[in-house]
Amino acid sequence: MSLIAFLGAIESGLIYALVALGIYLSFRVLEFPDLTVDGSFPLGAAVSATFIVSGWNPWLATAFAMIAGALAGVVTGWLNVQLKILHLLASILTMIALYSINLRIMGRPNIALLGETTLLTPVENAGDSWGIPFYVSTPLVFFILVVLSSLLLIRFLNSETGLAMRATGANPRMARAQGVKTGWMILTGMALSNALVALAGSLFAQSQGSADVTMGVGVIVIGLASVIGGEALISPSTVLKAVLACIVGAILYRLAIAFALNLDVLGLKAQDLNLVTSILVMIAIVLPRYQFRKARP
Amino acid sequence: MSTTSHSYLLTALLILMPVVTLADKSVAITQIVEHPALDAVRQGVQDELAAQGYRAGENLDWSFESAQGNTATAAQIAKKFAGQEPDVIVAIATPSAQTMAAVARYTPIVFSAVTDPVGAKLVTNLQKPGRNITGVSDLTPIDRHMALIKRILPGANSVGVIYNPGEANSVTLVELVKKHAPQQGLQVVEAGASKSSEVLSAARSLVGKVDVIYVPTDNTIVSAFSAVVKVGQSADLPVIAADTDSVRQGAIAALGFNYYDLGRQTGKIVVQILNGAEAGDIAVQSVDKLELFVNPGSALKMGVTLDNSLIMEAKEVVSE
Repeated sequence: MSLIAFLGAIESGLIYALVALGIYLSFRVLEFPDLTVDGSFPLGAAVSATFIVSGWNPWLATAFAMIAGALAGVVTGWLNVQLKILHLLASILTMIALYSINLRIMGRPNIALLGETTLLTPVENAGDSWGIPFYVSTPLVFFILVVLSSLLLIRFLNSETGLAMRATGANPRMARAQGVKTGWMILTGMALSNALVALAGSLFAQSQGSADVTMGVGVIVIGLASVIGGEALISPSTVLKAVLACIVGAILYRLAIAFALNLDVLGLKAQDLNLVTSILVMIAIVLPRYQFRKARP
Repeated sequence: MSTTSHSYLLTALLILMPVVTLADKSVAITQIVEHPALDAVRQGVQDELAAQGYRAGENLDWSFESAQGNTATAAQIAKKFAGQEPDVIVAIATPSAQTMAAVARYTPIVFSAVTDPVGAKLVTNLQKPGRNITGVSDLTPIDRHMALIKRILPGANSVGVIYNPGEANSVTLVELVKKHAPQQGLQVVEAGASKSSEVLSAARSLVGKVDVIYVPTDNTIVSAFSAVVKVGQSADLPVIAADTDSVRQGAIAALGFNYYDLGRQTGKIVVQILNGAEAGDIAVQSVDKLELFVNPGSALKMGVTLDNSLIMEAKEVVSE
């Protein structure tokens, strides 16, 4: 595997680590199966691309993308909490609606960012002047962003609000008995989760050079595969370990794809990816059941 | 050294010469999704290369990856190819070309089947692309399509366009229809279908509102084209298409090109670069081979009698 392909896989892995963190928050902390992410990922891309091509500062554009993602999460949460729509269905409704909204935001299905000033432009320019190629400098930026987001997330989940949110997911009845406003917790959690996913979508668009309305397809599966795969390797006994598991899982998933693309020995090609993903997720779910049960008394 | 050994050496050199100049070339091809039209482009590229002496598996290292419609995978394929640094990278369709252009900054890239290379920010100047990118656009000549509609149906005042608002290429085409239709005295009515299952109701929504239906080169609509034909035949509403394959499925006429020829044209650019040309010096081309297909039988079912002169001009007359 070439250095570009290897670092490229790390870069994609770091971006999808943010998706994995978002999905960890909804699926694991809140026990809320949230498919909104298939819509909030391209939403983040659409919002930031639209602002960037109209000449806004890329950092501001990325912040707007996160706000838009948070709003999408709030809508799903509201449909569930207030209108009592089943969580899975509520998230599917938001996801479908976001397709049209993303088209409206961009005004067309695809916005090209090649040659525009993005978050990465100053870093790439600085890298060029020091002789660091762009495929080394961009993963570095994403690494810093992922570390920052993870630290903030860990801090939040260990705060009083965070503990209340974890209680909401673990045992809503008991949480309510303790005076936790579970409805608010679900809304906040969904907002945070989808803001992270929208951030990932925004960064993905800026690194690959375009925002496309179809880029959300399968984000949920890749994110879930990362979470479950990571948990199979690092047992999520503490918040720190769970967050680490998400990041490691996302990077390993992308590396596995890069290997599948680069090792022609196995006869695997890109078109086999969906099958490989399904099998990986299945193995990751089933394997720990056999290993850890025997190990624990 | 004797003269015989000299002549042996000379013969050996002569035999090796063409092999040496053509060997060790590599072409990598990335395609967003496997789809009959895009597969035809790929086949065209491969056949053109073979015709010019670059045969995959013999003296050409040919690698191909499809992203299965997933942009994240397309980005990883792009990084794989950028790291391999083949002699030429061929990128089929807009998303593959954009992801490739974002990471391969020096390796020559030849795109194909991209409708709007300027809008997609692949190039800024069609005549002299600069950088490392050139290619072939599959933009259909909308002005000539509108003229064809007016020629077949001189009395038409309005045209309905069915397209998928989620396809970047289609949106570009519809913009062009809105620009060129008024010049032929045609009013434009749009009907959107974002899935092939919505095509039937989109076509029905145009009945009574327009005099003719025009279907641009839109993957979603073309994949459910028989639904449009069904509506056209039951409501006496003529259907005119942009791609010639649709005429076989019941469109009255189409002035288009086939994607295989587009691939052959792309292949010619690839060969130019393999032979030493700089990608940035080669102008972006549009399709040069247009063909008229007509289907008089289907026309009758839609209440239209085709002119004899038009049938004479057609490259192919489809009989049902």
